Amino acid sequence: MATEKKRKQSTNGLGRDAGKYRRPRNTMKTFGRILSYMSGHRFRLVLVVIGIALSAGTNVLGTYMLKPIVNTLEDLVTAYGTGESTLAMFGDIVVYLVIMGAGYLLGVGGLYMYSRIMVTVSTDTLYRLRKDMFDHMQKLPIKYFDTRTHGEIMSRYTNDIDAMREMISQGIPQLINSSIRLVAVFVMMIIISPLLTLLTVAVLGLMVLAVRILTGKSKFYFSKRQKALGEVNGYVEEMTEGQKVVKVFGHEAEVKREFDEINEEVRVSTTAANTWASVLMPIMGNLSHLHYAITAVVGTIMVIRAVGSLDLGSLTSFLQYSRNFSMPITQLSQQFNSAMSALAGAERVFEIMDTPPEEDDGDVVLVYAQKGAGGELSESAVKTGTWAWRVPDGDGAALVECRGAVTLKDVTFSYDDEKTVLQNVSFYAKPGQKIALVGSTGAGKTTITNLINRFYDIQEGEIYYDGIPIKRIRKSELRRSMSMVLQDTHLFTGTVMDNIRYGRLDATDEEVIEAAKLANAHYFISHLPEGYSTVLTSDGMNLSQGQKQLLAIARAAVADTPVLVLDEATSSIDTRTELLIERGMDRLMQDRTVFVIAHRLSTVRNANAIMVLEHGEIIERGDHDSLLEDKGKYYQLYTGLFELS
Amino acid sequence: MIRKLVRYAKGYGWRAIGAGVTIAIEVLLEVFIPFVMRDVINEGLLGDGGVELIVEKGLIMIGLALLSLCFGALSARLSVVASAGFAKNLRQALFYKIQDFSFANVDKFSTASLITRSTTDVTNLQQAFMMGTRMLVRSPVMLVAATLMALQISSGMGVIFAFGLPVLMASMIIIVSIAFPRFKRMFTQYDKMNARIQENLIAMRVVKAFVREDYERETYNATAGGLRDASVSAEKVVILNGPVANFTLYACMIATCYIGGRNILVGDMLPGDLMSFISYIAQILSSVMMITMIFVSLVMSRASATRVVEVLDERVDIVDSGADPELKVADGSIVFENVSFSYSKSGENLTLRNINLSISSGETIGIIGGTGSAKTTLVQLIPRLYDVYEGAVKVGGRDVREYTLDNLRASVSMVLQKNVLFSGTIADNLRWGDINATDGELKDVCESAQADSFIESFPDGYDTELGQGGVNVSGGQKQRLCIARALLKRPKILILDDSTSAVDTATDAKIREAFASKHEDTTMLIIAQRISSVSDADRIIVMHDGEIDAVGTHDELLATNEIYQQVYFSQQKGVA
Repeated sequence: MATEKKRKQSTNGLGRDAGKYRRPRNTMKTFGRILSYMSGHRFRLVLVVIGIALSAGTNVLGTYMLKPIVNTLEDLVTAYGTGESTLAMFGDIVVYLVIMGAGYLLGVGGLYMYSRIMVTVSTDTLYRLRKDMFDHMQKLPIKYFDTRTHGEIMSRYTNDIDAMREMISQGIPQLINSSIRLVAVFVMMIIISPLLTLLTVAVLGLMVLAVRILTGKSKFYFSKRQKALGEVNGYVEEMTEGQKVVKVFGHEAEVKREFDEINEEVRVSTTAANTWASVLMPIMGNLSHLHYAITAVVGTIMVIRAVGSLDLGSLTSFLQYSRNFSMPITQLSQQFNSAMSALAGAERVFEIMDTPPEEDDGDVVLVYAQKGAGGELSESAVKTGTWAWRVPDGDGAALVECRGAVTLKDVTFSYDDEKTVLQNVSFYAKPGQKIALVGSTGAGKTTITNLINRFYDIQEGEIYYDGIPIKRIRKSELRRSMSMVLQDTHLFTGTVMDNIRYGRLDATDEEVIEAAKLANAHYFISHLPEGYSTVLTSDGMNLSQGQKQLLAIARAAVADTPVLVLDEATSSIDTRTELLIERGMDRLMQDRTVFVIAHRLSTVRNANAIMVLEHGEIIERGDHDSLLEDKGKYYQLYTGLFELS
Repeated sequence: MIRKLVRYAKGYGWRAIGAGVTIAIEVLLEVFIPFVMRDVINEGLLGDGGVELIVEKGLIMIGLALLSLCFGALSARLSVVASAGFAKNLRQALFYKIQDFSFANVDKFSTASLITRSTTDVTNLQQAFMMGTRMLVRSPVMLVAATLMALQISSGMGVIFAFGLPVLMASMIIIVSIAFPRFKRMFTQYDKMNARIQENLIAMRVVKAFVREDYERETYNATAGGLRDASVSAEKVVILNGPVANFTLYACMIATCYIGGRNILVGDMLPGDLMSFISYIAQILSSVMMITMIFVSLVMSRASATRVVEVLDERVDIVDSGADPELKVADGSIVFENVSFSYSKSGENLTLRNINLSISSGETIGIIGGTGSAKTTLVQLIPRLYDVYEGAVKVGGRDVREYTLDNLRASVSMVLQKNVLFSGTIADNLRWGDINATDGELKDVCESAQADSFIESFPDGYDTELGQGGVNVSGGQKQRLCIARALLKRPKILILDDSTSAVDTATDAKIREAFASKHEDTTMLIIAQRISSVSDADRIIVMHDGEIDAVGTHDELLATNEIYQQVYFSQQKGVA
């Protein structure tokens, strides 16, 4: 019973894999959209079609040339010994062969031309697809990423784009190629012998029937296989992630047994699904041989009985055609499956691109400013240490100094319109003040910081920044005025220097080192193998969590913004080290408005104001001493009577 | 490497071989058809065999085709069964191996890479196996058989093959060998691009908070552009395959017609011979092309093979060898004798140095120390999650290496810092500690771990479903569940590695009270950041930079140890 439930869960977890073979919802529309992506290469695509037509056409015509050649040869055989000029006849053959050769050469040229152009077209189309997808992804609101797993988004970049690559680089040219060939061969067959073509149509019907039955069967088992595969992959994922726990509990044997069960299911369903798909090829191939044999018999009899003016040359060509006939059909049927999964993949890719981007109708921007003698502000082209908001105002614009005053007025917010996370929250932070947010997990602390930098927009109430409603401030400008150190520290592949400089791209090396010293990170950085040039890989795996947090603090320090948000910024740094960096932190927080979220209350003690949040409401506010005097929730938290986190 | 992987076809071996044999038969039957066709033309049409002979030969051809169809389908079925079985065995071998991995092994590969190796890479190899058993047999057999048949018809015209085949093969080899390094570069570029996307997904908040969208776009476009250029450089070589093969095929066709025509002219050959000869040329050249195509895709799956074999070949560094299966842990005493430890095998950068420590059974030990002081490393040596570099760790008076891992870990329970709950109900998760535990026993340990009250507050109680990774419970609740799970093992030694960091101090205290009253025989090791979590322990160990700085009671340390004082005051300042 327990096992049963567990498995159901893991299947759900791997929905992204199972969805891979889902059918596209709107085949034609999606296909059209892929084509429109290639429309920039319109001229090249015309050349591709010409190239394909050349290569297919010359191939078909070349086969037709067998007719006069064989007929001449036949005449040669009958003429042998009769004294007729066999040499002249042989001369004819050479002429035919030269024509054939010239045609083939043209065909090979066409083949090379279209293959080479397709490389350019497909790689460039994929590049643009990837670029647009990433481009658009950067515009999406945080909510998009909060409501999906990374794996789910990632698989669109890998699995789905891969499926599309196959379709664009091979599927589409093959589709054109097969269609042209099929039609051309069919036309030639009718020209040579309508009667024999009838026979072909009968075999064709048989082939189509075989394809339909087999693909129908395999589709059923394919979805079963995908489900089982999703299950086993989900199980592997979960148990590999929890492998250390498995070890500690010595649970290896049970886990292996459970795995074996699921693994066997995969084997059974894979066998069933792949059988139907794999049998298709030999069936199609041999149906074509059957066709060849029957055509040969009927054709030869027709030649002997002189039915329908068929001669040996025509029969040779026709037989060659009948061999070529099944190829495009097999190819088309094989392409069908991969085209379906490519289209389903394309829909998921386009879905990202169609997700509405983060809304932003703010017109207030952040500029460098300098203060005149009388305190009046004027814009400056270079960094001055003073920032100002340029607020458009009729024709002109007013400058408002950016000082970091933040006011929340009756803010009510919900992530999903169902559960209210914040309820009528009001407070203000004066420039330079240190505001602490305290409360248990889910109380809404992080949500407040999400609102101040507009990761999420509020539904009710107002937030003012230096007196300007933040909805009027352009999001990028708003965020440029504040730096954040988040609970989970993330670094990028690159040098330590690059990672700190992420805070401000034009920071000099000296400024970076200065910031590192401020965050107390300089010491450990200098002990890294290559100091500031040490390359960090894969989310800074070679650093401890505490060291990563120090780097994140340095990154915020180098950004040097009027507002600073510290969301559990020192949670992985032990209290003793925290004491060591306290001086640096004090300097960092000096003259800035700072929002601190911490579950270790020692870090919030010297805040100007502490907000205690519970269930989305501020239940207590004041400074450390007054809150302790009140003997309320803060007192309980501080003395450890109430659970945090 | 291939031989190593082929071993995993065990149990499906005869099917794999059968797939090869039947496809070879299919090919032979297929190759025979043009040969019969020659008689139809030469004897039936041009000779005096007449309709009777034509029908007779026709029936033979139809029979060959039908028979070939049967063998082809049979081969397809056999290879599917074999490859699915191969994949099953391989997946199982990988999973078992990973489950046997020590912590050090897992650290080396990283969890994400282990998952890819046992999912995507296995699927790739299954595909390669299927192709290997069928196409890799089909094409060479076709090549040889068709060549022999063609020579049978006219050995004189073999000269065409003597030119055509080597030219085609040589150019294919040249193409593949030029393309291969380029494909490798392309894959490197591809990995680089994906890594960047992954980083962006993980750190999206950082990107947005610092308004680095444009910067990220530029960086990404550069890698994506690099991928495009690398793909063009690889693919533009590979696409030469088609034109070159077609050119050779056509050249051979024309040569056949010409030479064949001349032979017919001199009376050495009949038109029927020529017809079959042309068919064989098509078969031969298409099989050469097929071989190169297979070769290219096998080369591509080589990367997967390497990655899988790496895992399979990894030496599990903590094993039972030398252990006595009968030996059980007698009591909860722990002794560290001159222990040094390093995460690298060569013993560089010792993480622990010269640890000497003796803990008697039933004692409660607190461990305090800064980030990177090796607290976790120290306790991980007790259940042998890692092996010492020098010295010995003794549990119950015997070296931990003398016990089997099962016996040792049955007596030593550890709650990890980064703990994991699995999908399933709360009860399922708890029973990891003891599969046969009764509901009463579950309740009992949950009461000790202060988890019972919140579990009962859920509508489904102990049957509440936890999502993967235990997403439905808060951090503090998760920690308490993990403690209960560890308690259910009724261990002689229980190690808590910062396991109550998210639990409030009052509850934390209650948990420790329960330990003291209900589990007083169990040796407890508690790593904590908070002084209050360890202050009532029998003894407290202060770790600093991989060494024991001091051991003593709370009062002793507070009086004498500088680090302890600093930690204490960093948490106390301002309270009074």
